[in-house]
Amino acid sequence: MEPEEQTPETPIEQEEQAPQTPVVQQEPIAEPPVEPDEEAPETPPTPDSEELRIGVFVCHCGTNIGGFVDVPAVVEYVKTLPNVAFARDNLYTCAEDGLTAIRDAIKEHKLNRVIVASCTPRTHAPLFQGVCEEAGLNKYLFEFANIREQCSWVHMKEKEDATRKAKDLIKSSVSKAALLVPQEEMKVDVVPRSLVIGGGVAGLSAALSVARQGFDVHLVEKEGVLGGFTRNLNSLSLGDKSAEDTIKPLIEHVQAHENITVHLNSQVESVSGFIGNFDTTIVTNGSSKEVKVGTIIVATGALEYIPEGLYGYGMYDNVVTLTEFEILCKSGKLPKIKNVAFIQCVGSRGQDKSYCSRICCVISIKNALYITENFAEIMGEEGAERVEVDVSVPEISSRRRRRRRMVSAEGEAAPGPAPTGGPEITIFNRDVTTYGADHEVYYNKAREKRIRFVRYTTDNLPKVTQEGDKLVVNYYHETLKTERKLQADMVVLATPLIAPPDAADLSKKLKIPIGRDGFFLEAHMKLRPIDFATDGIFVCGTARGPADITESVAQGLGTASRAAIPMARGFIQAEAILAQVDPEICTGCGTCEANCPYGAIRLSDDGVAEVLAAACKGCGCCGATCPEKAIQMMNYTDDQLLAQGRSILQGAM
Amino acid sequence: MTEFEPKIVGFLCNWCSYAGADLAGVSRYQYPPEIRIIRVMCSARVDPMIVLTLFKEGADGIMIGGCHIGDCHYISGNYHTEKRAFVIRRLMEKAGLEVDRFRLEWISASEGERFASTVAEFTEKIKELGPSKVMEDSDLASRVGAAVDTSLDFRIRALLGHEVGMIEDGNVYGEKKTEDEMREIIDAAIEDEFRRSLILEITSSKPASAKELSQVTKLPTDRIVEHIATLRQKNLLAVDHIEGMTPYYVALRVGGD
Repeated sequence: MEPEEQTPETPIEQEEQAPQTPVVQQEPIAEPPVEPDEEAPETPPTPDSEELRIGVFVCHCGTNIGGFVDVPAVVEYVKTLPNVAFARDNLYTCAEDGLTAIRDAIKEHKLNRVIVASCTPRTHAPLFQGVCEEAGLNKYLFEFANIREQCSWVHMKEKEDATRKAKDLIKSSVSKAALLVPQEEMKVDVVPRSLVIGGGVAGLSAALSVARQGFDVHLVEKEGVLGGFTRNLNSLSLGDKSAEDTIKPLIEHVQAHENITVHLNSQVESVSGFIGNFDTTIVTNGSSKEVKVGTIIVATGALEYIPEGLYGYGMYDNVVTLTEFEILCKSGKLPKIKNVAFIQCVGSRGQDKSYCSRICCVISIKNALYITENFAEIMGEEGAERVEVDVSVPEISSRRRRRRRMVSAEGEAAPGPAPTGGPEITIFNRDVTTYGADHEVYYNKAREKRIRFVRYTTDNLPKVTQEGDKLVVNYYHETLKTERKLQADMVVLATPLIAPPDAADLSKKLKIPIGRDGFFLEAHMKLRPIDFATDGIFVCGTARGPADITESVAQGLGTASRAAIPMARGFIQAEAILAQVDPEICTGCGTCEANCPYGAIRLSDDGVAEVLAAACKGCGCCGATCPEKAIQMMNYTDDQLLAQGRSILQGAM
Repeated sequence: MTEFEPKIVGFLCNWCSYAGADLAGVSRYQYPPEIRIIRVMCSARVDPMIVLTLFKEGADGIMIGGCHIGDCHYISGNYHTEKRAFVIRRLMEKAGLEVDRFRLEWISASEGERFASTVAEFTEKIKELGPSKVMEDSDLASRVGAAVDTSLDFRIRALLGHEVGMIEDGNVYGEKKTEDEMREIIDAAIEDEFRRSLILEITSSKPASAKELSQVTKLPTDRIVEHIATLRQKNLLAVDHIEGMTPYYVALRVGGD
């Protein structure tokens, strides 16, 4: 096989049909199939019968580009490129006069492709695409060249090279623009119904909020009761009501709401479809029910880490986890205890799990305070405060740290149980994470109550042993640099919240990602914290990582509002960067179906692959592995990518 | 003589590596200017055929950048990319192209500095390797051409497409393969298909005997004869003429009219 000839890319002009305005094709199927036939003459690819008229707008971006790239020279070069009908520079293309220049040029010069060479498409493509549409040009006929972030800003000392690179990058975009094809975005109706998976505080809040916005909700809970993890808890930090009383109204409102159908003892068996049209199957005690929903909220919660084999857990009865401690308190089974040691960060922060569970410091302090308040009579003299803490300036962290160190040393002045026979509550910690104003006050309150905070490091973990019938915590005192012992009636281990093992199963059913630690992974850490990359599916509460009730509720309400957007609108517009199957070439082998992470391509009854446009995200994985090369990605076709690559290999000049 | 300026193409995924390259810009991390970036939505979009074709047409270096494993915007795209990179490297080896001319890197949106240093390092490497000899060495060119053809082979692509599934979910009978077993299967398939593509590549310009093919491909004659049999069965190769007792084969063109 001979290498393909590189003929100059001049378009075949068909005068008779050259339209005055760009024609938006009704059928975007017009993408010419790739012909691997080596005999085929190198006909310049013309997606339309119309003459190609590319307009290029090169931005100075003030001096951001203009200072490091010779923009006028670039413009002169661009004018010589094939199919370029118009090129100019702008001081700021994204400013109003820059946008007007694009609009005017499209009309005046009958441009049917537009390229902006400026910053990054990641931030500015939508703006320029919008301008193209205003001027009657399909937005998929717009192409970007990034000559700021990927050129002028990174080659600030090599103006000549940077100028040449800018030329190359624009040339590459021009070669792609010549092959662009207009695309129609598809409108898909959205079923005004939500599926909420998980009946804990996050799911309850989400369900109630969606229902109150006027949409139907199906709430699926795998247990026989609503309330989730919170049902284990005795009291809540910063609240005077019990955990049960706190969430009771929420549960009652959910149960009473006419828009909400609660499925207890139920699981989501299968999910297919895409935003607006998910087909789900809910299984309750063996019988299944089909429900069609428009959006899905994942609120499946978390479990407590069981510290098997750590600090005597499982060996000594009086070594319990934080949650077990809550359960003991709640059921009134907590023995009369005087000396309690809390050990923080058990199994977290690098021990087994890598992350900090965030909420355990506050919970341990809450429980320590609970002991001092409810077992006061056996806890010795309450008023014997030795440490005066100024709670009015809690924000300065360096100060807090210094104080904590000082206080730890001081609190440790009397080793072992206090001679008065009074209370000894010790919180062994690596760092105390009582973030936020309220929690810091809580921490200070604990200090006032003479709860001791003793720091340990991972080099010297405390050890729990039993001497006689007493538990003993052996630890290394970081300040005094000595080994010490502490007798304890009970040792409470603060273990992290962990992702439930069935999360992986749900992840597969819903095609939503799981992060390194097994929690669900949001679409964007900062800007899209409760969305999934898959449209129409949202996540809230501890399913996405350790969170307290306030945060879980806030996230639940957040997902409800996110889910309401497409449902209130009634339809979605599917982006047209899609896989497209050529049914003539497809042999129905199903490789694409096996590769699609969204279930967006499947074998139709005709035995060829079909794309579910609303579900396809346009990644292109299917196309790059299709054994027959029957799949192309719109806007990223093989021809377009190869044209870009080839123009780069030829280089400017 | 001016200094060698390598032609380096970078395919970056929109969500991580391209954003990482943008961050390098925003942070003004300077790096060598030779690389030219092409944006794709996902690194899994980059068909091995595209990479190998650009090598065939004279690229000095090609880099694919994707999200870190586990962070793919499209859930698992980069996992597939990794599998494809294996095939790209294997075919480069077989074609006699320096494997270091190709690089796959995971660069997140927050790793601007790493993007800059990776490009600097890669550019340096390519400069060390010198210009690609594909354009002047016709043997090399036909081997790289065979590599492109192999990347378009149905069997290789189907195997690649099912590799992840075979490892994680098994075949229709539920039999799973380990990563190593799959690699072995794919490796063997690549070896066969590459040799066959090479035979077709060579015989497409001039009829050749089994012995000649054996010399050029450095394969024992009996293996060549096996490949010839397979290719003839598939109607891709035919006897052109016979000299004395020796048949000379020629590639049959497929497709077209």
